[in-house]
Amino acid sequence: MKYVDEYRDRATVQRYARAIRRLTTRPWAIMEVCGGQTHTIVKYGIEDLLPKEITLLHGPGCPVCVTPLELIDKATQIAARPQVIFCSFGDMLRVPGSSSDLFSVKAKGGDVRIVYSPLDALQIARENPSREVVFFAVGFETTAPANAMAIFQAHMQHVENFSVLVSHVLVPPAIEALLSSPDNRTQGFLAAGHVCTVMGYEEYVPLAEKYRVPIVVTGFEPLDILQGILMCIRQLEAGRAEVENQYLRSVRRNGNRPAQEQVTRVFRVVPRKWRGVGEIPQSGLGLRDEFAAYDAEGRFGVAAYAIEEDSECISGEVLRGIKKPQECPAFGGRCTPEHPLGATMVSNEGACAAYYRYRRLEQQVAGAGKGS
Amino acid sequence: MGKQFTITCPVPSTQADCVMLAHGGGGRLMHQLLEQYVIPVFQSKELEARHDGAVLDVGGARLAFTTDSYVVSPLFFPGGDIGTLAVNGTLNDLAMCGARPLGLSTAFIIEEGLSFDTLKRVVDSISRTARDAAVKVVTGDTKVVDRGKGDGLFVNTAGIGVIEHDRVIGPASVRAGDAILLSGDVGRHGVAIMAVREGLEFETTIESDCAALTLPVQAMLDGGIEIHCLRDLTRGGLATGLIEIAESSRLHIRVEEEKVMIEENVRGACEILGLDPLYLANEGRFIAVVPQEHASRALDIMKGHAVSCGASRIGSVSESPASLVTLECCIGTRRILDMHSGEQLPRIC
Amino acid sequence: MCLAVPGKILSITGEDVLRSGTVSFGGINKQVSLAYVPEVRVGDYVLVHVGFAISIVEESEARQTFEYLKQMGELEELGPRP
Repeated sequence: MKYVDEYRDRATVQRYARAIRRLTTRPWAIMEVCGGQTHTIVKYGIEDLLPKEITLLHGPGCPVCVTPLELIDKATQIAARPQVIFCSFGDMLRVPGSSSDLFSVKAKGGDVRIVYSPLDALQIARENPSREVVFFAVGFETTAPANAMAIFQAHMQHVENFSVLVSHVLVPPAIEALLSSPDNRTQGFLAAGHVCTVMGYEEYVPLAEKYRVPIVVTGFEPLDILQGILMCIRQLEAGRAEVENQYLRSVRRNGNRPAQEQVTRVFRVVPRKWRGVGEIPQSGLGLRDEFAAYDAEGRFGVAAYAIEEDSECISGEVLRGIKKPQECPAFGGRCTPEHPLGATMVSNEGACAAYYRYRRLEQQVAGAGKGS
Repeated sequence: MGKQFTITCPVPSTQADCVMLAHGGGGRLMHQLLEQYVIPVFQSKELEARHDGAVLDVGGARLAFTTDSYVVSPLFFPGGDIGTLAVNGTLNDLAMCGARPLGLSTAFIIEEGLSFDTLKRVVDSISRTARDAAVKVVTGDTKVVDRGKGDGLFVNTAGIGVIEHDRVIGPASVRAGDAILLSGDVGRHGVAIMAVREGLEFETTIESDCAALTLPVQAMLDGGIEIHCLRDLTRGGLATGLIEIAESSRLHIRVEEEKVMIEENVRGACEILGLDPLYLANEGRFIAVVPQEHASRALDIMKGHAVSCGASRIGSVSESPASLVTLECCIGTRRILDMHSGEQLPRIC
Repeated sequence: MCLAVPGKILSITGEDVLRSGTVSFGGINKQVSLAYVPEVRVGDYVLVHVGFAISIVEESEARQTFEYLKQMGELEELGPRP
């Protein structure tokens, strides 16, 4: 596949690995914020190619991981209602709520459907006028334009049996919260390339300056990750702290203007709770008043529901890069993909699940006999 | 019934105190269910062999006996239907024992309200598929259940075959140094099923690879190939099939990612939906584990049959690390292939 | 958020927010919204996320990953290491 296979070329990968090893003279901790990047790093064993001095930390880059417990509970409550067709991206179905999850709801007879695009959910609404169709609008800035368009089209075409349960989060406030935290270990960032495809990377410039960290906008294929790491290391070794763009083939400085405009038309910035991190002001998106009629929380009367998380899961510390999955006492034992305790083990991109699935040879051989 | 997406296997979020859909997914949870509640209770050495079919000694002859149930939804999909799945699935389990099929049974559990037209289509399909494989349906059963209890139609098939060679084909026969052969490209069935679900459709039609594997296996046996193990790839895909063999034989299997063929449009679909083709279901593909010195001839034989014309060598067996499957990635690094908890779901993250 | 895949535009239809096209991803075709890439033409490659094209892939920029190491090497030859 064009623009995919080239970025998985073995010879170029090895050349980048050599260049990184040559350049690295000191220990550095680099965080990637996007779950898709975590997936690539672990799936392709990227860490095996890096010198021991470089530590890769996995930040809160997966909306599954950062969707607050109460949103999952609201989703399961709505989805259980007989007149509702509940549409969601596949990622959300396994995330545990406080007593249930969307899959269990489906197993018990709820009409829960996986969709590829929010427009598919809208189409289901058109085709089922006597049912209430609810779409779980989750995601970072990358997905906001798509969700905004579905809501906008519903409004334009008067598809009144359609509504959305919104749980959008924004990346820069999360990075700022991480950097300003006293236990922050991160010295350099790989910014999420598809988030920046939509938003551009202007908002990262003040962050790089204020906290003196290099931020490299990075793509998702093995070569993208390696080049992003190389560019980050070059800055760190030279004492620079700037925003650079590795993902040139997709990201422009100002991002995608028409997409941003549509997001602004439909959503406004609101405070949001991040699972395992807490509430971060101005870090989420909510529906604007003129689209409030499409808010599922209002329509189904679940807006007031609130709950606190309480578990042995250290997902929060893993999400903030403070701990690595293997440092969790429950990892691979009490907490496995079959019996997850927290969101980072449930999501395919959660750091814990990613480590568990694609774990490196040495770890497995060393830990032989420990919960498989 | 509508074209509703039926997810066949979720992962439970809490400690299950009852059977969940995930337990049927062919992955780790199903294995746990069998190991905990089923196999130890029956205490039969045939079950302990953990192979696709059972081999029974009957007065000097060896018979293979297998059964399978089909709960697929939708009932009809590009490249097949529940009928073709039911026949080929059981024929393939017999083939994996190296048995020549003698006869099949089919049992229907029909939901009240299923149209006669649908029933006729499925029965015709079963008849046609069996005839193509020169096998007869010799016995069966029919039950009807209340509306809302049967997903339209469930089909169970059982098959008996005769083993005309004296090899022991199973994980216990696998040896270090053996070659791993794969009969063709993978992932088609899994994508074909997903593609007809609502909201996940493509404009290009991908067809299931549902097919009977009897002929290439018989040809290899007739050709004197010393087959150590066979495994048809169903739910859980190539990865799960390899992991089962590695765990049962307590040996190490190394696979080269670049040697595993995946058709271009299957690949495109997997990229879009975020699926790993190594874990997607197949219904017309198998792995053959043969000694190194037989590999080349075995491949030639496989390539001589339509259903395995895309056969290739994808890896080999060694002593350690024991019970593990490692994948050599296309970029030159290695990773362990682990069994998934349940069926893969499309993802956007 | 993450999963976006490059595909080639085979045909375009509709206007403004309803503008869409058939995009080919290595042989598989899917209908994709092109509302956010108004300047796109048939034959262009776009990155598609959840059924929406979010950017046009720039061919000239795409090569940069393969030229970067060479440029780095040339820079180092020019002067002493920092």
